[in-house]
Amino acid sequence: MLASLWQQLSDSPVPIDSVDLAWAGLAPVMILIGGALLILAVDSLVPRRLRPGSYALATVLLAAGAMVAAVPLWQRVQDAERGPFATAAGAIMVDGFSVFATFVILSAVILAALSFDGWLRREEMDGAEPYVLMLLSASGGVMMASANDLIVMFLGLEILSIAVYVLAAMHLRKITSQEAGVKYFVLGAFSSAFFLYGIALIYGGTGSTNLVRIATYLSATVLGDSGLVLAGLALLLVGFGFKVAAAPFHFWAPDVYQGAPTPSVAWMASGVKVAGFAGLLRVFYLAFSTYRLDWQPVIFVLAVLTMLVGSVLAVVQTDVKRMLAYSSINHAGFILVAVQAATAAGVQAALFYLAAYTFMVAGSFGVIAVVSRKGDIGTSLDDYRGLSRDRPVVAFAFALLLLAQAGVPLTSGFFAKFYVITAAIEAGSSTLAIIAMITAVISSYVYLRIIVAMYGAGDDVPAPRTIPLPAAAGLALVISLTVTMSVGVFPGTLASLAERATPVLIPESDPGAVDPSGVPPGP
Amino acid sequence: MHFLEGLAPELVVFVLAGLVCIVGALGVVLNANPVHAALSLVATLFGVAVLFLAQEANFLAAVQIIVYAGAIVVLFLFVLMLLGIDRAEDLSVDALGGGQRLAACILGVGILALPLLAFASTGGEATGARPPATAANAITKTTPDIAQLGESLFTTYLFAFEVTSVLLVIAVVGAVVLARKVKRADYVEDPLTSPPSEVPT
Repeated sequence: MLASLWQQLSDSPVPIDSVDLAWAGLAPVMILIGGALLILAVDSLVPRRLRPGSYALATVLLAAGAMVAAVPLWQRVQDAERGPFATAAGAIMVDGFSVFATFVILSAVILAALSFDGWLRREEMDGAEPYVLMLLSASGGVMMASANDLIVMFLGLEILSIAVYVLAAMHLRKITSQEAGVKYFVLGAFSSAFFLYGIALIYGGTGSTNLVRIATYLSATVLGDSGLVLAGLALLLVGFGFKVAAAPFHFWAPDVYQGAPTPSVAWMASGVKVAGFAGLLRVFYLAFSTYRLDWQPVIFVLAVLTMLVGSVLAVVQTDVKRMLAYSSINHAGFILVAVQAATAAGVQAALFYLAAYTFMVAGSFGVIAVVSRKGDIGTSLDDYRGLSRDRPVVAFAFALLLLAQAGVPLTSGFFAKFYVITAAIEAGSSTLAIIAMITAVISSYVYLRIIVAMYGAGDDVPAPRTIPLPAAAGLALVISLTVTMSVGVFPGTLASLAERATPVLIPESDPGAVDPSGVPPGP
Repeated sequence: MHFLEGLAPELVVFVLAGLVCIVGALGVVLNANPVHAALSLVATLFGVAVLFLAQEANFLAAVQIIVYAGAIVVLFLFVLMLLGIDRAEDLSVDALGGGQRLAACILGVGILALPLLAFASTGGEATGARPPATAANAITKTTPDIAQLGESLFTTYLFAFEVTSVLLVIAVVGAVVLARKVKRADYVEDPLTSPPSEVPT
């Protein structure tokens, strides 16, 4: 063996054509990763901790910079002449879908970073690490949204998740935070293994991990037996279902949401979910569209279960973080309804829902971060009694965000649910649409319960207390509220953006790109 | 060893290596002493390496020995030594009681059955797509496997190869964040949990 290895090593090297990288297409990911490393380097070089707030400012600027870098990409993919393109030897696809998802993920980064700032200072944990981890996690999310290869999808998923495990366990002085981190890590590692197993089976069944080549192969070939591909698809669905907290893979969500630091939860509930659904849509809607009739019923069942679990179990909770955890499960069910439609309208509805939901949920958890006391405690429903008197503006904003989550007209939540249900009915899934509406009614009870607690009067209202509102958290609240209400009144802009955010499969056509089959030039 | 005559050498290698794998895996699960369990893992990994060699995946076999049998198991042992090996885990009293053992067995068999069923359902032909016989990425004698691997890493999988480094950065930052020392007195009084003093170290 050693002799043969040595023989291989001493042979003259085979020349390799270098891969053509479209740096502009990778710019958002590069800015996030490079920025995170820069923050780490600067933080370790200056002798004392930087001025408080500078980390959050840097994070917001980096995310905004990545957004600016994504604007020309959006213009390019919408341009009829240039259009979407694949880069990095077909590993990354830059299309309307990926750029739209990138924008949503970056918005989630900005909102969570603003929420982190005051929270970290209150907990005396201010430092670069949470921001660095969140930026790296976001880079994984962007990779998932633009992955054109199952291996890149898996790496994106891992980059996204592992950073979030640390963010969940970050509050070292709090045992529930540690518990949340361990729980999330163990179950997440488990689901990643399922995901990887699925990739292996699909590679076995189709001979490739590249989504374009899988789709081409499946559309050109009738498999004598599709057992391997179907088993692989099922395992991939387990992996995605875990990330987006779809029932029956949702068991981690309430415990993790409750124990983890609240700003981490804001990121978990918004950015991570967006990335998970973006990956799910890319793999199932695009690459496995030929197997639509096989996976649609499965997603149907998942959607029904997820919506029911999310709405019914939320009713019996007494902790606001747990309530919103179950409500986010319910939202995941709604997005699954849009996925189940498997139409262009369904993708549009899912993207609209994800964008609207990101601002609602990040804003809501931002409020929870502000209202909780030092130690990240005080999140039970009783702690919200009298909030309308102690902090009327925050209470009002929270009420509006909760109403938006319930889907009340004049908020973005209404149109999000409206588009999803329209897409489901157009795709012939009226049953699913009816179940979705019923669960929306059930879960609105939860939101109203929190609002009643905030505005209720009576003997059980505790003594007034001062609730400090950090400026950054206030800004996050203003942003999320502005987006939620303006989209609720003028949904057309976001809807047309989501409509133009179509995912596509095209083989890489860059001149000089290497043949994805990896055929080396002859020796 | 005249009784082996007439048998194909591949079969002999496969059966022996497979036996080593299975015995090692059973040793990992059944040994009460964690150090013995970790050392049994070496046998399994070694058996897998032999199987790789039998498939002419020389590089993979070398990596299997160097990385897994070498580095990973040594890391396991390192952690076990740090935690103290004098406390042999008594599995009879820990929380793995009740239906958990049964559930683990059923799940394990199920996970084993899944690929077998998938494989059987395709009539023994697992791969739908075959690389064209002319393609150099097929196992051929002309292109050494290290060259093939290197080429894949720097062309088709360049992006995947590079972003793996982000995972390493996250691992380092995460380790620094989570390994900070916290005084027990500083623990948050969380009404949800038992008081910190009752939490075992």
